[in-house]
Amino acid sequence: MEGEDEASTQMIDEIYANGGDDGQRHRPIISGEQLDIEAYAALYSGRTKITRLLFIANHGDNNASMQLEALRMAYDEIKKGENTQLFREVVQKIDGRLGPNYGPDPAWADSVDRRAELRMEKLENELNAYRTNLIKESIRMGYNDFGDFYYAHGALGDAFKNYVRTRDYCTTSKHIIHMCLNAILVSIEMGQFTHVSSYVGKAEQNPDALDAVTVAKLRAAAGLALLEAKKYKLAARKFLETGPELGNNYSEVIAPQDIATYGGLCALASFDRAELKNKVIDNINFRNFLELVPEVRELIHDFYSSHYASCLDYLGNLKANLLLDIHLHDHVEKLYDEIRHKALIQYTIPFVSVDLRMMANAFKTSVAGLEKELEALITDNQIQARIDSHNKILYARHADQRNATFQRVLQTGSEFDQDVRAMLLRTSLIKHDYNQRQTRKL
Amino acid sequence: MNLNMNSVESLVAQIQGLSGSAEDITHLHGLLKQSEELIQSESARLMGCLAELDPSKHSLGYLYILEACTSTVISKEQANEMVISIARFINDCAAEQIHLAPEKFISICKKFKDQVMLLEAPMRGVVPMLTAVRKLQPSSEHLTPLHPDFLLLCLLAKCYKTGLRILEDDIFEVDQPRDFFLYCYYGGMICVGQKHFRKALELLHNVVTAPMSTVNAIAVEAYKKYVLVSLIHLGQFSTSFPKYTSSVAQRNLKTFSQPYIELANCYGDGKISELETFVQANRETFESDHNLGLVKQVVSSMYKQNIQRLTQTYLTLSLQDIANTVQLNSSKEAEMHVLQMIQDGEIYATINQKDGMVRFLEEPEQYKTCEMIERIDLSNQRIMTLSKKLTAMDEQLSCDPQYLGKAGRERQRFDFDDFDTVPQKFNI
Repeated sequence: MEGEDEASTQMIDEIYANGGDDGQRHRPIISGEQLDIEAYAALYSGRTKITRLLFIANHGDNNASMQLEALRMAYDEIKKGENTQLFREVVQKIDGRLGPNYGPDPAWADSVDRRAELRMEKLENELNAYRTNLIKESIRMGYNDFGDFYYAHGALGDAFKNYVRTRDYCTTSKHIIHMCLNAILVSIEMGQFTHVSSYVGKAEQNPDALDAVTVAKLRAAAGLALLEAKKYKLAARKFLETGPELGNNYSEVIAPQDIATYGGLCALASFDRAELKNKVIDNINFRNFLELVPEVRELIHDFYSSHYASCLDYLGNLKANLLLDIHLHDHVEKLYDEIRHKALIQYTIPFVSVDLRMMANAFKTSVAGLEKELEALITDNQIQARIDSHNKILYARHADQRNATFQRVLQTGSEFDQDVRAMLLRTSLIKHDYNQRQTRKL
Repeated sequence: MNLNMNSVESLVAQIQGLSGSAEDITHLHGLLKQSEELIQSESARLMGCLAELDPSKHSLGYLYILEACTSTVISKEQANEMVISIARFINDCAAEQIHLAPEKFISICKKFKDQVMLLEAPMRGVVPMLTAVRKLQPSSEHLTPLHPDFLLLCLLAKCYKTGLRILEDDIFEVDQPRDFFLYCYYGGMICVGQKHFRKALELLHNVVTAPMSTVNAIAVEAYKKYVLVSLIHLGQFSTSFPKYTSSVAQRNLKTFSQPYIELANCYGDGKISELETFVQANRETFESDHNLGLVKQVVSSMYKQNIQRLTQTYLTLSLQDIANTVQLNSSKEAEMHVLQMIQDGEIYATINQKDGMVRFLEEPEQYKTCEMIERIDLSNQRIMTLSKKLTAMDEQLSCDPQYLGKAGRERQRFDFDDFDTVPQKFNI
């Protein structure tokens, strides 16, 4: 902390007030501005750019200008590619609002479709030729081309199938890794993250052929899969292990800013203090990523140094933009709740008694609201404490182990008693029933 | 005619003569069995001769004659006398002689119960039935067919405490499943009446999980009550059955008790107003099953559960806050509930009326007293006895020829070593 020579009273005040007093803050809080769509879209390439823009258009409902901007960029991007299905969807969404330049362009669509048919025929003929010749490498390239073709045209299922078919014709580890990366890309686009995990695993079985960039790509993809599976701790670890070599090399899937954001938030929501310090704050590699999103860096440091109010402020500002991210959208609420709970728990750990009014001040909330939150955490056994509602104090409370043990002993005894007696009864019934059936048979 | 008179008199004389020692009794038993038809046909005449016999000494003979008399249709006027005479017999008879002809004894006791119910005076039957049960049982661990009848009379006469005495015995030997089911069901109801919910839950649990090959109505009714008692006592109910429940029960019991399971779900949500609306909506179903009283207790137990939960999180809480959290109407009602719970010993707290605050205290039990040590010691010994019993039963079953025969036939023959231990065919 800065200002170590300053009187310790000032530091104590800071801890109490937790950054609530504007004058004492040394760095201004940068509010999360409204998302700059062009800059955001420039981070990505390929199909994911379009999907992300469409997602923003669908979910940015209060902001019509942002929606239209996103749709316009999506239209431009799609026209550069060959996906007529997606084109038709975007045109429908635009609904003529962007003027005549952005209307349905049947001429373009038809020409693309015709070209596609021709290309597909050509690819098929080539593939058949290769298959009759039984040249492994050519067959592999043939299927790969098919996969690329289908991917470009939006038929993701077929693309995936074709990429997977190249497996039988892979001869070197490089081929396998190439296939895995393609499969991972398509799976992420399709949203089938179980495939992502399995193909990451497959690729990692050939460590000799992996270079640093590929390793980073695989870790990022694995992290994404774990994020979708709501395994935040493991996802955080994967993101934190992603090397800075990733850079902009994986822009068809994820940007380095995303790695920082996802990794930072997941770590904050699931790591304990020791792990947070070791793996995030002291992690030199990850620092490169964090530099790209200074707000996330600030909020992690605030959390670690117990400036909860400013940490929660940063979070609140970032929320609107995070909700527009396709991967994080479903998890924002949960992550935010976990971070808030962690903050509350961490606040109460060092103390025997806590004045709820001061705590409410530190968290910028009302005493009643704070009481409700604490009640939920206590019932959930995350905080060992009791609330004195009359004086508004939280008292730490440690369960008496000895009494608890005696209680459990007596209860186990009576349960055993009941169970054994019931067992003996049932045996008697079954024996009798069996006897009866025997006599009936005889 | 004369012949008959002589046969009757000779029979009476034989009864009087051969009731001395054990061999005589067995001899008498044989004779009586042979003279069954005679007894049946001359029952009216023999009724008169009963006065010459002493129930305590000539129990066996008395029993046979009495049984023949009661097997005919009895009018209402005769019922009263019948009841009195049977009651006297049960009181005076000798247990060893009864054990030679238990079916007859059971039959007259059942007739006795019918008569008592016909006369609508179940109270008269309670004590005689208790004596009958005690005399019929070979040991206190046996269940007799008279147990459920006795419990039924206790229920109808509302003599719950007498019923409880019988329920305290641990039963280990059961002859008839139907007796067992009825015993547990009536027993459960008696415990509920005395608010011994733990034991009620245990008894009803035994009915629900007992081995059965087809669903019977007793199990269905017991399951309904089981749901309700589980909510009252434990505050929760899980619809999953333990592994040892019969598959028949697992499949079918729930379908018959739909409203109760929905009640349990509603209870789990924790909203009192919804629970009450649900109860109102399904009032007739509950009433027709005679479960409305229990359902009302379920509703009031919800308040208790909610207040209990508060003791886990708060040290002090205002009455108004309690009323709000638990969805009561006013702090006065909250005070009443908390007071009732303190008196029942369900929570430990003090109410400060000046501030309108309740202070929740720790459980005062420190587990340091002599009584507690005695209690643990007693529990230990009980469990050791039970364990020994279990081991003994296991050994007994392993030697049981029927079991061995079945196990020998059905065991799998995959491992070469298996062939040695049990012979394939085991005939005795």
